Amino acid sequence: MAAEKKLAGYICTGCGIGERLNVEQMRTIATREGKLGACKTHPMLCGAEGVQMIRDDIAAGEATHVMIGACSRRSKMEAFSFPDAAMSRANLREGVLWLRPDTEEQKETTQEMADDYIRMACAEVRFMTVPSASGEQELNKTLLVVGGGVTGMTAALEAARAGYPVHLVAEENHLGGVWTDLYKRVPFRAAAADVVGSKDIDLPQPEDPGVDALAERIRANERITVHLNARITRTSGAPGRFSADISTESGGTVTENVGAIVQASDFKPYDASNLPEFAYGKSPDVVTNFELERLAKDANGGPIRRPSDGKEVTSVAFIQCAGQRSDKPGHLPYCSGFCCTESIKQAMYFREQNGADATVLFDDLRTPGAAGEDFYRSGQQAQVTFSKGKASEVVSENGTLKVHFKDLILNEDTAMDCDLVVLATGQVPNTGPDPYAQLAVEEAETEEEKDAARRKLENAPPSILNLDYRQGTDLPQLKHGFVDSHFICFPYETRRTGIYAAGPCRRPMDMKQAMEDAVGAALKAIQSAENAGRGAAVHPRVGDLSYPQFRKEGCTQCKRCTVECPFGAINEDEQRYPLFNESRCRRCGTCMGACPVRVISFENYSIDTVGQQIKNVDMPDEFSEKPRILALACENDAYPALDMAAQAAQMGDGIELTPFARVIPVRCLGSVSLSWITDALNTGYDGIVLMGCRRDDDYQCHFVRGSAMAAERLSKVGDTLQQMQLETERVAVYEVAITDIQRAPQLINDMAATIEKVGMNPFKM
Amino acid sequence: MGDLNQAMIEKYRTNFLKEVEANVEEGEWVKMCMQCGVCSGSCPLGKFWDHPPQELFMMIRAGKRDEVLSSDSMWMCTSCYNCVVRCPRELPITHIMHGLAHYAKRLGLVPESQPTAAFAQMFWDNLMQKGRVNELKLGLKLYFMNGFGDGIKVALKHQKIGMGMLKTGRMSPMEAFGGHAVKDLKGFQSMIKKAQELEDQRIAEHGA
Amino acid sequence: MATRQYSFYPGCSSQKGASSSNYLTSVQAMCEELDIQLNDIPDWNCCAASIGYAGGGELPRLTLSARNIALSEEHNPGQEIVATCAACWLSTREAAERLHEDQSLLAEANQALAEAGLKLKNETPIKHMVEALIEDIGYDALGAKVKKPLEGIKIAGYVGCQTNRPFGIDGESYENPRYLDKLVETMGADSVPDYEKKVQCCGGALAFSEPEKSQEMVKGIIEAAYDHGADMIVTPCPVCQMNVEVYQDQINQTYGTKFKMPVVYYSTLMAVAYGRSAKDAALNGQVIPAKKLEAIAAK
Repeated sequence: MAAEKKLAGYICTGCGIGERLNVEQMRTIATREGKLGACKTHPMLCGAEGVQMIRDDIAAGEATHVMIGACSRRSKMEAFSFPDAAMSRANLREGVLWLRPDTEEQKETTQEMADDYIRMACAEVRFMTVPSASGEQELNKTLLVVGGGVTGMTAALEAARAGYPVHLVAEENHLGGVWTDLYKRVPFRAAAADVVGSKDIDLPQPEDPGVDALAERIRANERITVHLNARITRTSGAPGRFSADISTESGGTVTENVGAIVQASDFKPYDASNLPEFAYGKSPDVVTNFELERLAKDANGGPIRRPSDGKEVTSVAFIQCAGQRSDKPGHLPYCSGFCCTESIKQAMYFREQNGADATVLFDDLRTPGAAGEDFYRSGQQAQVTFSKGKASEVVSENGTLKVHFKDLILNEDTAMDCDLVVLATGQVPNTGPDPYAQLAVEEAETEEEKDAARRKLENAPPSILNLDYRQGTDLPQLKHGFVDSHFICFPYETRRTGIYAAGPCRRPMDMKQAMEDAVGAALKAIQSAENAGRGAAVHPRVGDLSYPQFRKEGCTQCKRCTVECPFGAINEDEQRYPLFNESRCRRCGTCMGACPVRVISFENYSIDTVGQQIKNVDMPDEFSEKPRILALACENDAYPALDMAAQAAQMGDGIELTPFARVIPVRCLGSVSLSWITDALNTGYDGIVLMGCRRDDDYQCHFVRGSAMAAERLSKVGDTLQQMQLETERVAVYEVAITDIQRAPQLINDMAATIEKVGMNPFKM
Repeated sequence: MGDLNQAMIEKYRTNFLKEVEANVEEGEWVKMCMQCGVCSGSCPLGKFWDHPPQELFMMIRAGKRDEVLSSDSMWMCTSCYNCVVRCPRELPITHIMHGLAHYAKRLGLVPESQPTAAFAQMFWDNLMQKGRVNELKLGLKLYFMNGFGDGIKVALKHQKIGMGMLKTGRMSPMEAFGGHAVKDLKGFQSMIKKAQELEDQRIAEHGA
Repeated sequence: MATRQYSFYPGCSSQKGASSSNYLTSVQAMCEELDIQLNDIPDWNCCAASIGYAGGGELPRLTLSARNIALSEEHNPGQEIVATCAACWLSTREAAERLHEDQSLLAEANQALAEAGLKLKNETPIKHMVEALIEDIGYDALGAKVKKPLEGIKIAGYVGCQTNRPFGIDGESYENPRYLDKLVETMGADSVPDYEKKVQCCGGALAFSEPEKSQEMVKGIIEAAYDHGADMIVTPCPVCQMNVEVYQDQINQTYGTKFKMPVVYYSTLMAVAYGRSAKDAALNGQVIPAKKLEAIAAK
């Protein structure tokens, strides 16, 4: 880092900036008010010549801090990439030009907007430093895969194929896990795409499960070390430097250092003893789909026999959604997503091996996966009978089973007789205890609450990872015990950086999907280990070298950062100060937003880099009829939505933005410090709009909990406003999706309308 | 034909679906229905069907033989093919309806007063006589379907239409005497007779 | 020699003194103008339409069409079969496809055909007349022959069922086929592109046996044409034409409407636009006269 700060500005006059804005005035502002040493202009700054001009200045030591006044920070990212300099960008094109009408009467307010963005960018860059890695990282290419099922084996093989050594830990004494007893698997392919005359040819058929072959490949692979009968008894560290104790049943423990971890703990079969209405446990001829695979394996291609008396099955009924998609106690509320294709496959066993009548009683037949609908048709071609019906009861009488069901098409109660009933039961995630339930015990304020929290943990399953983390032993969960991850953008990324979930432990799925998951998670784990070696963030701020730093002398040990970090990145040291593990960090800044004494910051993102932007806006007086609206927009969804709104407006298909808005991107709404809000109100902003991602169960927040944390903190901002005797409508918090192209600018315009109603802020400075 | 019905009941005792697959035109498609109901929703005469196609298919699977074959429903089909082009599984639903209707007819299970069944039979008989349809004779026969008195009433009701058609040359009283015919009527009739024999034979083999 | 020759399957309803004999008259005039020669399939028989199924089983019905195709292959070799009637076209094409897919049915059909001294090769494409016009000739060439553009007439294109489903015209959708509208515009008239009843069933198969059911549907078809300000309806199907035209009095009685909507064939429009007389265009075959066409033909 250069010892002396050299501040330089560059204003692009292309894309209409030069025509519609007073560039000379902005240059003057940049140097006089923005205190830049120099400010150059260029007709096409993002072109080779413009970029070279900046590079030359940096190389010559003329610029250590660069302010670029051009397009949005989301445009021309490759051109404006100067790793050796701190950089801020004034969004003149999308942020001003494209969102404002090109008319004479609007010229003045539009120019004021642009002038302010120059002031803000100058202020921001003054308070930035060039981030660099902490230097305490090392590259460890070894991965740990927890789970010896198909998912785990696939992850291990994929990583090994990419050249990364693997420790594969299986709880059982063999590889295969829950998939071991599979007789055949649901096919991995669809029908031929080119079906002549829409006739069914070449429909997918049940396939060899391939589990043994997979295990054989594992044993033959010298990069993979298999630990059977083993569990993880302790995991500590961070990406790049995890340390895991692998303990075997016999009592031995080995400690392995690994760069990243894949949890592929699969699922546990649902316990059908919760289904007495279907005579499970009363008649041995009522079996689950998992148990049927064993019967089929025993039959080995011959007729399948029923357990009670060994009679060859002549008719079989499959009851779909058994103990699933139901709110009854002991039932699974969700769809396990694999049981329909599983039943189709098993019904085909009976058609093929027994010539038996096979009836599938379904409510909604769902066939996700590779074979999908084609496999359904395959079952229909094999003359499996599919009846839309809801089974209510199975009664065993004189050696036959009577299935009572409601025919949902003919709308009548009816019954059928059969030799065997198969219950299509679901997948229960094989995950450890909920870490936040553990944390709740510790955080409980009263003994009563502590007891209640403990009771919740009483039936908790044993830990899978035994993480030595401040925030509990296992991966955080979202719903029904499945591992939490960002469903759309980051399916494998759990809330523990460097630990990736694959397969049915993150959502119910079939074997093929689990294997695809395993490939994805293995690649993510590799990426994490590699980036940890460089000290760079892995996602979503890929490559970011900054990490949270804190002023110990100001810290009050309030623990809010260690508790609120969505990723459990912060432990506590012996003196109960926060202990940052930067490679576990996602750089969202939720800790920064949480800190009441403002001691946490990043080199390129801090209380000051945003706070100074807020302060440096030119504030017209109360009687100017020019209010100022501060919009803090999440850089992941809301800010891009505004950029796209600008594109739409420029194409004549969008709405304009009030010229009184000043938009500042934030890493996550979770990083917003309440001090920014109070400072803004105190300096005369008339309204504040905060735009973050969708929160809670169906969250879209890239940092999982950031948006929710912000909402919680901001729920108290009304009190602050009332204390200042300001109207509570002056601060509004919204969930904005990246697709809200019309809505995002409208929300800010709405605030302008609100201010017209409630009047200007009397605290103008 | 009652005997054939009995033979079929014996043979397929428990499995009406198999009976339909073996004996009904395009019947092998019934099992492929996925119960989405698009056919029922697409039928222009849907409201007149006791059991729309989707339901008929389900009833076949549920073994409701009598209810299906003596149903009025498939006689409501106007052969508009809306269901065929919309069925996501591409089932030839129109043909299955025709096939079910024909099979019911063959087994003697059609409801007695089914007017379309009667008209369809008249149409066939009419074309069998001369190899070409005689619209006038067909119309007259239709009017007098329910006896002479009724026929006169119906004919009077349609008198105006008949006059319109006569005046425009689109109906000819001459057709009542002979009318259009194929020249090789003998060859035509023995050809159809042969086709009927072959089909009866095929069905008898299934039924035996 | 004509530019184009087809093996022609006229069908029962187009015969002299039958319900769509006017269709045939206008088709002949149209073909003369387009230099198309139609060679009748000698001694053709009825196709059984889609109502023969009660009396006739699958094989007898398929054999009916097989005979026509076999006759065509014997007497008009190398010529594509063209039918003007939707039901004739559908039955014949369907039979050809079924017999192509099912070889045992084909063998049986040939066994039956042998009784009449015939054999089916089943190699002949089967087209509807509008297919021949649009796919073989094309709108531009059809438009080039227009002598009296049908200016100022608004015509609702009623496609109906069987010229549209299940085969239809190449490149057209089942839900909103546009070829009739394009033909109407090619003849210089105004189309009703958003005529919502254009593929609605008219209930033709039940017109005789259950007229109240079919007439309810016909009412909707005519009403929608009036709603769009149409002067007349055009259709490519004789069942549609007859059903929508001739029951209007009865519908008026039942529903208290005052319908008097002419229903014509595309060939009627084309014969008039090509400058042929009212007689050649068979305008005298209209039960409800198409006065605006008569006026143009008289010019």
